[in-house]
Amino acid sequence: MKLLSLTAVALGKKIRAGEVTAQEAVQASLEAIQQKEEQIHSFVTIDQEGALFRAREVQKKIEAGMLTGPLAGVPVAIKDNLCTKGMLTTCSSKMLNNFIPTYTAEAVLNLEKAGAVIIGKTNMDEFAMGSTTETSAFGVTKNPWNTDYVPGGSSGGSCAAVAAEEVPYALGSDTGGSIRQPSAFCGVTGIKPTYGTVSRFGLIAYGSSLDQIGPVAKDVTDCAAILEAITSYDKKDSTSIQRKDADFTSALVDDVKGMKIGIPRDYLKEGLDSEVKEAVLAAAKVLEEKGAVVEEFDLSLVEYAIPAYYVIAAAEASSNLERFDGVKYGYRAKDYEGLHDMYKKSRSQGFGAEVKRRIMLGSFVLSSGYYDAYYLKALRTKALIKQAFDRAFANYDVILGPAAPTTAPRLGESLSDPLKMYLGDVYTVSVNLAGLPGISLPCGLDKNGLPIGLQMIGDCFQEKKMIRAAYAYEQTRTYQQSPLAEQ
Amino acid sequence: MKQSQSNQAAEQAGRHVISDETMEYVGILAKLELSGQEKQEAKKDMERMLDYIDKLNELDTSKAEPMSHVFSINNVFREDLVEDRDGGEETLANAPQRRERAFVVPKTVDQ
Repeated sequence: MKLLSLTAVALGKKIRAGEVTAQEAVQASLEAIQQKEEQIHSFVTIDQEGALFRAREVQKKIEAGMLTGPLAGVPVAIKDNLCTKGMLTTCSSKMLNNFIPTYTAEAVLNLEKAGAVIIGKTNMDEFAMGSTTETSAFGVTKNPWNTDYVPGGSSGGSCAAVAAEEVPYALGSDTGGSIRQPSAFCGVTGIKPTYGTVSRFGLIAYGSSLDQIGPVAKDVTDCAAILEAITSYDKKDSTSIQRKDADFTSALVDDVKGMKIGIPRDYLKEGLDSEVKEAVLAAAKVLEEKGAVVEEFDLSLVEYAIPAYYVIAAAEASSNLERFDGVKYGYRAKDYEGLHDMYKKSRSQGFGAEVKRRIMLGSFVLSSGYYDAYYLKALRTKALIKQAFDRAFANYDVILGPAAPTTAPRLGESLSDPLKMYLGDVYTVSVNLAGLPGISLPCGLDKNGLPIGLQMIGDCFQEKKMIRAAYAYEQTRTYQQSPLAEQ
Repeated sequence: MKQSQSNQAAEQAGRHVISDETMEYVGILAKLELSGQEKQEAKKDMERMLDYIDKLNELDTSKAEPMSHVFSINNVFREDLVEDRDGGEETLANAPQRRERAFVVPKTVDQ
């Protein structure tokens, strides 16, 4: 069996047992990247030399007994909106095409402390704005299941890299589904944790009240182990939460007897592809057969999540992206007259169309005269959506549904109609609005051989229930490799 | 900036029309300078998005408080101590234009 066909935890075990060295694991990853990048382009930056150097250092520490965790020596890819000291961090934008951070994001630092070896940085939608990884300034990433299709987004590079077996696991970020939707499209597993669980320090902000960093891997066990490693209380992130229940791997138990699982009837209505619906309901049936109590219920307000989300996300983006002004770092226009003209020209040339679209919308909804009608209205809607979830979780341990209404669209089909693209986020954005944890895992293939994603949602801080249900379901299946992984 | 009466009439009909002045004003707030064609496209996109966002008006939110964060957020205080070492050189290395230990920007004040 190829090293990269192993899960991260299985590879880590072999490394600790001395059967494989960290350098061999990194070498295997670099070779896979070299072989497959031309076909899928999941990376923006590959740090071959640095990775081999770090692997040697980590290997010494493993042999000295200083690194004993499950991820020690295992290579990892990092989404390119997470700062990595001394390593190019671009957000897949021309605006940051030469930006070298002076510090490392806390979540990445936590991984490094656990002995992870960073291979490189993965492609994404520019500033995480998009659902297909096609808004990247550095070219599109392709789906390892079929390179005519998108990998999803915005963490498309991370998910494609895992599905193609270029790396055993990756970090992504999720503002409105950016881990769960590409995980679904690429046939891998990804978790968006409860808001505040993983420090956002060093994550280049898009929508600060919605952004969370999370793992992408082959299975639930990996995701639980990775999440356990990156969770930490961080005083550098004012929204960081001190959690005493971060032993997520303790929830890897194959038992859902008596667990109450609710399927929102509103998620099964029009717009949902029939094959996706069938696969999701079949998964529910599996859990029922394992002893869970599964029933449909009315969540309500589902159709208001997308408009509320886009107002809030655009508003926060317009504020967060003010910092890119061509003064201290990033792109500066060549010709300009005076300071303000420099700001405007640098931003107009440095940002791509989707980023500008959202900054414009965000500036509009925050402007005086429109603030109450749009921004405050969206925040009030968010409160109602949170209440709807609170009511649901009074009755259910886990909510189950699709991760996306369809499987991956073809390349080039989505960007011409932004609103249509936004509508694909219908099952994911409300989870970010309500701060909830969500997981996406594979539950089948459609007739075109593209993966279908199952989403499970937990109440705030109830990752363990969600992980347990996902793990129990996963035990009834075998992991299906993408065609590109088998190469 | 207030909407013009014709805009309000259009909104009542369920269609947003954004004036050129509004686009100009939003461009100033966003610090973006869009070309003629870009501006027309941005206007069209925004009108379409706002039409869609108007769906929120179906909802009675009068009893809901605006929720900016899901959990209560408190100020996090700390002592004002320097913890990082001087990263001046690394920071300046990212500058599009620098002179010694300073960022260079266009002249902003007339002498």
